[in-house]
Amino acid sequence: MTTFRPNSVGKPIKRREDPRLIRGLATYTDDVKLPRMTYAAFVRSDFAAGEIRSIDTTAAAARPGVVGVYTYADMDGQVGATPIGVAIPGMPDHPLLADGRVLYVGHPVAVVVAESPYAARDAAAAVEVDIEPREAVVDVEAAIAPDAPRVYDELDSNICLQVPAPNPEADKLFEQADQTLSIRLLNQRVAPFPMEGRATCAHWEEGPGKLTIWTSNQAPHSVKQQIAMCLGIPEIRIRAIAPEVGGGFGAKIPTYAEDALLCWVSRDLRRPVKWSETRTENLLGMTHGRGHVEKIDVAFQSDGRVLALKGQTIADIGAFRSFFGPFIALSTHTMSCGCYDIKAVAWETSSVFTNTMATEAYRGAGRPEAAYIIERVMDEVAAATGIDPVAVRRRNFISKDAFPHTTPSGATYDTGDYEKSLNRMIELAGYDEAREAQRRARDDGRLVGIGLATFTEVCGLGPSTGTAPQQRMGTWESATVRVEPSGNVTVYTGISPHGQGQETVFAQQVSDAFGVGLDDVVVVHGDTDQVQHGVGTFGSRGIAVGGAALDMALVKVHAKATRIAAHHLDAPVDQIGYEDGEFTVSGTDRKLTFRQVAEMAHLWNVNVPGEEPGLEAVARFEPSATTFPFGAHLCQVEIDPESGEIEIQRYVAVDDFGEVMNPMLADGQRLGGVVQGIGQAMWEEVQYDEGGQLLSGTLMDYAVPRAKRFPRMELDNTVTPTPINPLGAKGIGELGTIGATPCIVNAIVDALRPLGIDNVDMPAKPERIWRAIQAATAN
Amino acid sequence: MPRSVPVAITVNGSKTEREVEPRTLLVHFLREELDLTGVHIGCESTLCGACTVHLNGRAVKSCTVLAVQADGQDVTTIEGLAQDADALHPLQVGFWEKHGLQCGYCTPGMIMAAKQLLDDNPNPSEAEIREAIDGNICRCTGYQQIVDAVQHAAEAAGAA
Repeated sequence: MTTFRPNSVGKPIKRREDPRLIRGLATYTDDVKLPRMTYAAFVRSDFAAGEIRSIDTTAAAARPGVVGVYTYADMDGQVGATPIGVAIPGMPDHPLLADGRVLYVGHPVAVVVAESPYAARDAAAAVEVDIEPREAVVDVEAAIAPDAPRVYDELDSNICLQVPAPNPEADKLFEQADQTLSIRLLNQRVAPFPMEGRATCAHWEEGPGKLTIWTSNQAPHSVKQQIAMCLGIPEIRIRAIAPEVGGGFGAKIPTYAEDALLCWVSRDLRRPVKWSETRTENLLGMTHGRGHVEKIDVAFQSDGRVLALKGQTIADIGAFRSFFGPFIALSTHTMSCGCYDIKAVAWETSSVFTNTMATEAYRGAGRPEAAYIIERVMDEVAAATGIDPVAVRRRNFISKDAFPHTTPSGATYDTGDYEKSLNRMIELAGYDEAREAQRRARDDGRLVGIGLATFTEVCGLGPSTGTAPQQRMGTWESATVRVEPSGNVTVYTGISPHGQGQETVFAQQVSDAFGVGLDDVVVVHGDTDQVQHGVGTFGSRGIAVGGAALDMALVKVHAKATRIAAHHLDAPVDQIGYEDGEFTVSGTDRKLTFRQVAEMAHLWNVNVPGEEPGLEAVARFEPSATTFPFGAHLCQVEIDPESGEIEIQRYVAVDDFGEVMNPMLADGQRLGGVVQGIGQAMWEEVQYDEGGQLLSGTLMDYAVPRAKRFPRMELDNTVTPTPINPLGAKGIGELGTIGATPCIVNAIVDALRPLGIDNVDMPAKPERIWRAIQAATAN
Repeated sequence: MPRSVPVAITVNGSKTEREVEPRTLLVHFLREELDLTGVHIGCESTLCGACTVHLNGRAVKSCTVLAVQADGQDVTTIEGLAQDADALHPLQVGFWEKHGLQCGYCTPGMIMAAKQLLDDNPNPSEAEIREAIDGNICRCTGYQQIVDAVQHAAEAAGAA
């Protein structure tokens, strides 16, 4: 499928990024040091809802080393609101600092700037904020009730966005179906928890009139655009840099209020200002993920065929609209059919305000919720019909001959061969033997469960039509290939990788195109002054869109190099051959190396009629559609009935993400994603009490997966290329998270089903399992 | 201004003397005073391990050690493991060869925690490796390739 003959692409090349990272020599935002630096600390609301009666900054301002204390009153009228991607008419803006009212615990009320981080934190503690608390609404199902306390007095309800999608065909199928079942599923709120929290350094230089912002972000071009709109600074005077970024997982897509504030403060002080959030601030104030309640009705036949779904999504979007916030839940409906040929779907999606931190994209963003629903449904249909879960899935798969396939929920899948990945997984897992061993274990009274997930998801979203003007970004991506006179190559990419490894994969692509070594390529990203306008790294688009843009730029440069070679070899272009870095004239021994052509392009090229000097091209790839990778996962667990403790005994994942650019890096994406998905299934949960106080504000209370909880994962993959991009690669970043969560819960429910238990809410903590066992055995 | 106290700490083999506020954390001393920014801050509470360094040859989490507690002692940070790119520590090689890192933020601490394991137990089992790094959180890799990296380092050291 690849444009250039793969030599390096497809191999497990170790990363070009790593030498600086393994020696501690990389520069993350907090490592940036500038002369006259100041340090910011935020004063945040301790109440989930309330009116601000007064803010007294006198004592704070008088503390040693303090250079500024700011509240909303100081910037009122000079700044816009917290950036959002899509406007919703009538919805209130979210000011950069609390404007008379606080809406969630952690809501920034004031910012203190001082000569040292310690001085800033000391002074922040001295700011006196008097808040008249009011009743908070925290539970999303309570918030949707007509008489619920309102997050915003000026709105008639807490519903921010409601999208009904009724379907009479679904109603009809429900009447015709042999059986129906209902299930209520919780997709709890989780914390993205990148190891590096949010960090921003803003530097306004009065002389040139230029703002530079270093920020730990996935989309620096978006930061530049959003800061420009928020502060009224022309974007041509803003440079956004995402230096080394310590993980993002979706929560570093937005431009945060804090980011814009620091830019404003730096311009006010005419000094650079830096802020790195504490972990507690991170758990309070970085966007959360998920937060769905779903009620699902299923119509199915006694042979296991699922005919129709009716679903209701209530999505908790927190106290304000994050960049994509209210719209994320819509993709749960869109992806509700999974990889199954379901005839009709009816749905209603409600995105609802509560007095909690805003939710945003988190590794999967709406698709994990969909996969969780349909994969839990498949297991419940299997249980209701007495058919093996594998057989039920096979009965419902979209046939591999039926692509492109448009689902009744509006997604058009590019390619798929779900039997292929399932068959390979069954072979790898030894499914029949595992079931037989489970039967023996059950006979011994042991709680052993086997769970499956056969899922599909969305990568590299496109096309750009439909993106909103406020986003100032499409779904395309950009790349510049600049060949130096030496033949060394610099790539400038609009994606902004933060661990995914495109400095390596893109060098592999360049190496294959020009025959240069990997050490002869440098990939530049994450700096809007160096890189042409781009979009960023999220939604599994780095390769499928960013790599495709690079491929286009390489094709352009290669074509020009061929024309230059033809001129200097004194042969028509169609007589020029190319292999492994050499241009040849067919039937002769005349040849030029790529490096010779690069030199000619810069030094002698004036002699080539019709050609500009230089060897450089910029390209933008606009995906005509979206890719749909898929996979088949299996998990085996055993539960200790005395404690509710769950042991993961096996995890087998066979994924299909199209062509594979670098299998070692692909394994890394999948392993990390699976563990993150298991984290949600088993341990992770952002918890607020009923008054809106965050209970999970430290690592003592928020359980991130740790090394010894896991067995060695077993991985394989199948290859079903996509025609959407020239690489045939689909995308991989979110796949593990999407498959793992339902797979684990299905295994846990399978273990407990002999006790009459048919659902367990996430996270499946030992306490919850133990209580479920106690309740079931008491009956 | 706050009172300052003198500290003399040998860091990566070089003796350094500074005046610091008594409350200065070792991690801030290393990052702010000595520009050793390979030492990362992930939780300020000893729970994530991103700030792991060696104090007198034992792994400690430098976010909950005061600089004054390290007075007169030896500290080794990630920057002290290899003087240049051609002389990497076997663990650094292992992490590179086995893709034991993605975003890289946990990596220096992870390597320093693994170093103590290999110092104590040159030939650890997979379970022992997982136990040894259980106090260090990685959000990217899912740990398996970190286990592979540590095994690679152990094998390389054993072969040497």
